[in-house]
Amino acid sequence: MSLDSSADDFVVFDHVQKSYDGEVLVVKDLNLNIAKGEFVTMLGPSGSGKTTCLMMLAGFEVATHGDIRLGGKSINNIPPHKRGIGMVFQNYALFPHMTVGENLAFPLEVRGMNKSEREAKVKRALEMVQMGDFAGRRPAQLSGGQQQRIALARALVFDAELVLMDEPLGALDKQLREHMQYEIKHIHDNLGITVVYVTHDQSEALTMSDRVAVFNDGVIKQLAPPDDLYERPENAFVAQFIGENNKLLGTITGREGDIVSVDVEGGMTSKALAVNCGGVGEKTMLSIRPERVTLNSDGPNGTEALVKELIYLGDHIRCRMTVSGHDDFIVKVPNAAGHQHLVVGERTKVSWQTEDCRALDA
Amino acid sequence: MAPPVSNMTDATQTGPVLSADGTPLKRSLQKALFRQKMRALALIAPLLIFVLVTFILPIGDMLFRSVENQIVSATIPRTVVALETWDADSGESPGEEVYAAFYWDMAEAVEAKTHTRLGGRLNYEMTGLSSLFRKTGRGVSDIGEFYMDQLADLNDEWEEGAFLADALGAESWVSAATDAAANDVTAPAFVLRDGVADALPLTAHIYSRFAAQTLAEKDSPLEEDPWEAVYTALYQDLISNPNAASAVSPAAANLFTDAAAAVPNFENIGFKEQFIDIDKDWDDPEAWQTIQAYSSAYTAGYFLAAMDLMNTPDGIARVDEDERIYIRLFGRTIFMSLLITGTCILLGYPIAYLLSNLKVRHANLLMILVLLPFWTSLLVRTSAWKVLLQQQGVINDLLVWVGLVADDSRLQLINNQLGTVIAMTHILLPFMILPLFSVMKTIPPSYVRAAKSLGATNWTAFWRVYFPQSVPGIGAGSILVFILAIGYYITPELVGGTSGVFISNRIAYHISTSLNWGLAAALGAMLLVLVLALYWIYDKMVGIDNVKLG
Repeated sequence: MSLDSSADDFVVFDHVQKSYDGEVLVVKDLNLNIAKGEFVTMLGPSGSGKTTCLMMLAGFEVATHGDIRLGGKSINNIPPHKRGIGMVFQNYALFPHMTVGENLAFPLEVRGMNKSEREAKVKRALEMVQMGDFAGRRPAQLSGGQQQRIALARALVFDAELVLMDEPLGALDKQLREHMQYEIKHIHDNLGITVVYVTHDQSEALTMSDRVAVFNDGVIKQLAPPDDLYERPENAFVAQFIGENNKLLGTITGREGDIVSVDVEGGMTSKALAVNCGGVGEKTMLSIRPERVTLNSDGPNGTEALVKELIYLGDHIRCRMTVSGHDDFIVKVPNAAGHQHLVVGERTKVSWQTEDCRALDA
Repeated sequence: MAPPVSNMTDATQTGPVLSADGTPLKRSLQKALFRQKMRALALIAPLLIFVLVTFILPIGDMLFRSVENQIVSATIPRTVVALETWDADSGESPGEEVYAAFYWDMAEAVEAKTHTRLGGRLNYEMTGLSSLFRKTGRGVSDIGEFYMDQLADLNDEWEEGAFLADALGAESWVSAATDAAANDVTAPAFVLRDGVADALPLTAHIYSRFAAQTLAEKDSPLEEDPWEAVYTALYQDLISNPNAASAVSPAAANLFTDAAAAVPNFENIGFKEQFIDIDKDWDDPEAWQTIQAYSSAYTAGYFLAAMDLMNTPDGIARVDEDERIYIRLFGRTIFMSLLITGTCILLGYPIAYLLSNLKVRHANLLMILVLLPFWTSLLVRTSAWKVLLQQQGVINDLLVWVGLVADDSRLQLINNQLGTVIAMTHILLPFMILPLFSVMKTIPPSYVRAAKSLGATNWTAFWRVYFPQSVPGIGAGSILVFILAIGYYITPELVGGTSGVFISNRIAYHISTSLNWGLAAALGAMLLVLVLALYWIYDKMVGIDNVKLG
């Protein structure tokens, strides 16, 4: 999807900065274009500025500098209730003194919609989240998952084109959370709405999003589709934050096109894909995903490894070993038929393909 | 494992669930919880006993006084019985037998000095009875003296305490009392001579009372002058039983025989005439009607009075227009308490809102300012309002200086209802703010945000979403302020003047000044019932479950 096309610039953050106290920037020069119908997730550790960005988009926080545009119009000076953005809050924020039906009718009521139309829309929205029978209940009488569905229906009932979700699944248990992820994704696909989703759960971000913006310290570290993000992290933070990552610190000794040779601390050398590293003589961090490491085979980049710990996880066995002085090197051994059994204390060999080893900023 | 499972299913279907050892599960549970309950009871016991002894029991006693009326039947029992047959509607004063009964009652009451208290009690119902009883108390002895003098004319011995004691007392008692007097110790309890009680019933009774009271005062009946009423009794007994001399001691028999022969020729005046002679009000049926009406041991009289009603021969009627004060006072108390509650809501709500939405540091500072009134004495605060509100006070001075008010028409801000409302609003405001604050603090800001994101304007978001959730706080604050206000005493007393006082000021007046504790208790009971009734209505309308203090 081309970001140059103005039709795709449904939501635009244009050099947005935000500071609460005039001393520290919580959001530093944020530029982000979101296309209509896209599902974009803002992912990052707490305090990284992702929720602030969402609140600025919703209108509850004012940008200290820069412009936020929605559908081509600057919304900096539009109060939240005129933005027409649906929002799902972390704790659902269902009005406890209203029934489910009244909660859903609220946005229609304040828009002056007549009663029969309201009822039809509420009914449709409830059916969309499979909660058709619950219109007369109070939020307190619903389970967390049910409340979550109602909150979703309420954000959608007034046909908002843009829906913001602020860690909506944070309070649910794992199984329900995964189930709801699919449901939200399906609703997004069916309605063609644009969703901006905030979470600190990377698996949630990877499953649901068209693109993920990884935030750290007020800056977007990488904005990419989930597979790119995981397989081709552009910097050390993203590599470390998304998924499990083996890092090997070293110094660049030579460069050949996209390939650099690196002297890893501890004695070994490895070739790696130069992604985000300096020239010869500079420090770098090699990133290798645990599932891309092969055992007991003579690959291009191989070395001795000492098995320190084995954790049985059913579908695979997580094996921690010492590689070139780094004793937190993880290898995932698939629990396939006839796989070799490692023993703690055993010496073995590990190796990886050059293109699976990315040289990033140290 | 199959058999136990099937057993259990059977048990649940056919009878009570049993625990493992076969006892009913409920009993096992009760046993298990018993220790826990006992522990809880032991923990609350000190406070429970303290409250019971120092609070509940005195209040119960106080409330009992609002219907208790035993003083009449205890002080003048014979009169109460005699009056039972008197027709109060006859328009005539009762017959001689009532006056006779009244004489004997009063004779004892005067000696025990209880007649003034009875007069004081009856004075609540009919003004003037207090002084009538006082005056009658002084006159009653004259009646006895009238007969004493006539007996003394026969023989001076009659006036001697020792003579009558010897004549009426048992021989053993007389010798014991004589010994006691010689040894300067108190004589033993008085014992009548055999036969005296039958021969001289009135005398025996009244003399026994005299002797008992004299002994109680550590004096000897041998030395004290008998009550005058004893002579009235002697006269009556000798008239009806001329042979009474046989019952008294041999030494006194002669005098009694002489007296019995002489009494028919004594000058005699009926009790009725004598009482009317003391005060002509005793001829007026109204005093007797009052005594009759309030002769039962329990009375609704105090409650009637507390509702501006009174008991008349024609039934319950309202008191004169200019004497109706309590209903108006109750009405004023309720109205002003509601007004104060309303102003507290109006002033407290924005403050509480601000408090709950400020940063902690600023909120703490503001909270201190809110709580500041709590840390100064109530009396000091109220007095400060006097300084501020009086006509030559700070506020009036300021208004005059600004030019809003002319110097010769300074505002009357104190010693009226306005003063009470201003001062009490200030004093009770924290009781509104604190519950409001604690409720508002629990309303997450995300609710209002959600409302706004759904398209509600600031006002709609507040009114439809925030306000309904703060209602429990308003409820709690209102109950607190209203119930405190309705029983407030010091502030209305100091700044209320005459038009701004509450019912509690009247209760305090009856407790400490007029000493009409029965009426005070009745007013207090009505106030209590009123508060409970309002509480009940509140529960029905708002639901007490909706009240949150935090």
